Amino acid sequence: MFGQSNVLAQGEVNFPPSVEDFYLPSIAPWGAHNNYWFTKITLMVWLAVGILILFFLLTYRKPQLVPTKKQWLAESIYGFVRNNIAVDMIGHQGVRFAPYFTTLFCFVLLTNFFAIVPFFQISPNSHIAFPALLAAISYVLFNYVGIKQHGFVKYFKNALVPPAPWYILPLLIPIEAFSTFLVRPFSLAVRLFANMFAGHMLLLVFTLGGFAMLNANALLAPVSVVSWLMTIALTFLEFLVIVLQAYVFTVLTASYVQGALAEEH
Amino acid sequence: MFLLAAEGGETTHNPILPLWQEIVVGGIAFIVLCFVLMKFVFPRMEQTFQARVDAIEGGIKRAEAAQAEANQLLEQYRAQLAEARTDAAKIRDDARADAEGIRQDILAKAREEADRVIQAGKDQLAAERATIVRELRAEVGTIAVDLASKIVGESLADEARRKGTVDRFLSSLESTGAR
Repeated sequence: MFGQSNVLAQGEVNFPPSVEDFYLPSIAPWGAHNNYWFTKITLMVWLAVGILILFFLLTYRKPQLVPTKKQWLAESIYGFVRNNIAVDMIGHQGVRFAPYFTTLFCFVLLTNFFAIVPFFQISPNSHIAFPALLAAISYVLFNYVGIKQHGFVKYFKNALVPPAPWYILPLLIPIEAFSTFLVRPFSLAVRLFANMFAGHMLLLVFTLGGFAMLNANALLAPVSVVSWLMTIALTFLEFLVIVLQAYVFTVLTASYVQGALAEEH
Repeated sequence: MFLLAAEGGETTHNPILPLWQEIVVGGIAFIVLCFVLMKFVFPRMEQTFQARVDAIEGGIKRAEAAQAEANQLLEQYRAQLAEARTDAAKIRDDARADAEGIRQDILAKAREEADRVIQAGKDQLAAERATIVRELRAEVGTIAVDLASKIVGESLADEARRKGTVDRFLSSLESTGAR
């Protein structure tokens, strides 16, 4: 909201967009550039948390056996994550994790969704801090669950030693350790972050590109229109990415938990 | 990891390095979200689901009980019906047997009555015949005697009466007639 209006108000187009377009000036104190406590990004995170809490508390204030429409909606969200992610991936034990997975899914979905909501138009998840935080929680969760289930030694033995001939183990164990304990959290965080970052960057390129061409030469106006139409089309693509990434993040977390709970490889 | 690329304000940000302030804010916000939803919302949803399952299963159980009861009643009615049919058949058989007995009785009585009536008729006929014979015998005797007296003479009458000649004659006539 502030970034683009600043750009437009100044009448000059900052093209091509850069990483700095992701770091907007702080809201309080107003306009500060090195204060990150209260920015548009953190405001959106609080907003997402507030909306989700209000939605679920209001729709589930008086639950009934025969649900009302709103109650049905809230139950559908939980039921979707519970049955189609938690139980499908983990089995009946997955019900234990369904509340966390649903919270995670809703949070990622809504914060992602800000990327295409007018006047918000950037997702907090395009700042790696939030995906990294969620990935770290998933990392702690699946390791904790595994250790609790199998005990420390057996869990690491399960995780690190695949059923393979002994002479290949010196090769496999480092690969397993690397992929399970280093790549997993990193890829989880970077996948979400990069998708939202790239999505915002794409929308910026086509939106600002339209202005840039218009400013450069009035004859390029038709091309600007094409550029803006592309922005609209990409917004639909972005919507797909938003939902897909929220789903993927939750499914991968569930899959890691399932792997930690599984008896053997 | 928590190093900042942008501590210096306008200097360039590195998008791959997280801002620690955002981690703190995001962490607090997410923990608040998790706390509220996982404590107050989703467990209640789980309870509602369970209650719904119970309600449905309870309904099924009740339906099964009702079905079993209905089956039992049906069985009972069938048994009663079969019993009633047997009773009815028995009553019908008895009635038929009774009717047959009564018919036989009536027939026997009727036959007896008929026999009796016939016998009475016969007896009466025999009695009347005997009477007639007796009367005729006396009359015929008298007439014959009278006739003979007229022919032979009056004195013969006393003698005939004395000796029973007429009676003997008539008896011999009777015995030849009967033969």
